[in-house]
Amino acid sequence: MTSSAAVVRLEHVSKRYGPQGGALAVSDLSLEIPAGEIVVLVGPSGCGKTTTMKMINRLIEPTSGRITIDGEDVMSLPAVELRRRIGYVIQQVGLFPHLTVAENVAVVPRLLRWPPGQVKDRVEELLDLVRLEPATYRDRYPAALSGGERQRVGVARALAADPPLMLMDEPFGAVDPILRDRLQNEFLRLQAQVRKTVVFVTHDVDEAIKMADRIAILQRGGILAQYDTPDTILANPASEFVARFVGADRGLKRLSLACVRDLPLSQPITARPGEPRAALRDRLESAAADYALLLDEQDRPLGWIGRRDLGGEGAVAADDATPGSPTVQPETTLRDALSVMLSSSVQLGVVVDERERVLGLISVDAISATLGGASVEP
Amino acid sequence: MTDGRPFIDLDWIVRNLDDIWQRTADHVVLTVLAVGIGFAISMALALAIRRWRVLQAPVLAISGTLYSIPSLALFSLLIPFTGIQSLLTAETALVSYTILILVRNLIAGLDGVPPEVIEAAEAMGYGDWQRLWRIELPIALPVIIAGVRIATVTTVGLVTVTALIGLNSLGSLIVNVGLARFFFTATLVGSLGAVALAVAADVGLTALQRVLTPWARSRALGT
Repeated sequence: MTSSAAVVRLEHVSKRYGPQGGALAVSDLSLEIPAGEIVVLVGPSGCGKTTTMKMINRLIEPTSGRITIDGEDVMSLPAVELRRRIGYVIQQVGLFPHLTVAENVAVVPRLLRWPPGQVKDRVEELLDLVRLEPATYRDRYPAALSGGERQRVGVARALAADPPLMLMDEPFGAVDPILRDRLQNEFLRLQAQVRKTVVFVTHDVDEAIKMADRIAILQRGGILAQYDTPDTILANPASEFVARFVGADRGLKRLSLACVRDLPLSQPITARPGEPRAALRDRLESAAADYALLLDEQDRPLGWIGRRDLGGEGAVAADDATPGSPTVQPETTLRDALSVMLSSSVQLGVVVDERERVLGLISVDAISATLGGASVEP
Repeated sequence: MTDGRPFIDLDWIVRNLDDIWQRTADHVVLTVLAVGIGFAISMALALAIRRWRVLQAPVLAISGTLYSIPSLALFSLLIPFTGIQSLLTAETALVSYTILILVRNLIAGLDGVPPEVIEAAEAMGYGDWQRLWRIELPIALPVIIAGVRIATVTTVGLVTVTALIGLNSLGSLIVNVGLARFFFTATLVGSLGAVALAVAADVGLTALQRVLTPWARSRALGT
């Protein structure tokens, strides 16, 4: 993929719904969105964040001001042409129910009249990119997909014509927290490859902190309260409003800015079903460890097996494992990792890669150690 | 039956097979014309209603009123204007009966397209007509075809009444042969023929809907 990312500039943009003299939804907003960055628009409801985003592809037209993409005024193009150059992902996904997954992804390339062969190749490439096996998913209809799969197809559809700019309106807002975390991580991984300019709307500060290169915090009436990197906003909120909006626990929130991969992982004693119990007992004893992590043939975790459970003879079986440790991924933020560990019985997380293979362990202690080192404010 | 012919005169049926086929074909033509023209008019009305929502109440009120006029009365009332034994008279009445059902289902089908799908289509860069043609109508198709089924079955029944204004159909077999000559076999053939046509149309349209909307079936399989 070769398309470059676009610079988006909002210059004194205002939007008023209803008659003149009514309240402004967006007030004199100026913002420069650098190429290849994820800029998150965040704020309480009624702050005009969605309105602002929709003015970029003209689903809503500004009352005054100018919006340019790579210097070109969005009003200078026919709206449909403009929109075909901008990816769009929404919370309810909005897949076309009568089209297969492949046809959904192919929508914009077909509107742009790409040759059929090129469309087909592009669809395969994108399904791979969002980790949906093309042979399995290509011919399915949206009704036969899970929520997470639909959201992935939505992202593939938005990326189909390789647009330099993507607009995402609470794209992960409708899925459960665990899946949301996964989809966020996948999107960040994908963004590391495609490097689009992304305008991302959310009302969730934690999501903003996690996803953003820069955050624009808006307050009621579409007034820009602060526009900066997540770390700066957390360390130096520009106003009382921003400080309250990001929350009193903003020190803890800075944990969201580091990932599991930033910490050294410890390596557990591992074992596989089939190993003689006595042998594993000896290994644990000589390592002075109480537990071993049982893995399947693909190195995926089955669970823990304790030294005390290893009585008797025979071989270790898969059933001997007690599941309990939550799994986290290298991209999981320390904050999320801490939260899943605190809510599980074992204060130890198993770090796995995208194929669920074990990479190592992370402990609550290791995370609190980084907190101690960080400049956490009282 | 007065002249001692059997209750069901198979011999008559065999001798008049060509005539029965002809009347069946006429019946089909009258039905298809009515539903086809009715559909075109209803589509125009439905699109107008979607653009100017204020039209919805008056359009439904007028087509509802037309629908409530007894068919015998409507055919008779039209004769001074469009003539007796006239295709125009028959079709005017038949078409007006389809409109209420078809407009209602077209509107319901199009209104049933989820708003997020419309937003996505708009944001992908579909023009208004492309969106209607490629997204909204296909998604509305199950509801639209359901309307066409009801309209077609109703029309097959109403076409029999056109015999009273002198048109040929399975209805004229009932009226002009069966009733006029007290010949029960003709009445029976005409009636069964009309029922068979209605059932065939219903089954055929249901099959068509299945072929055209494979995605609507996988909804039951998925999730």
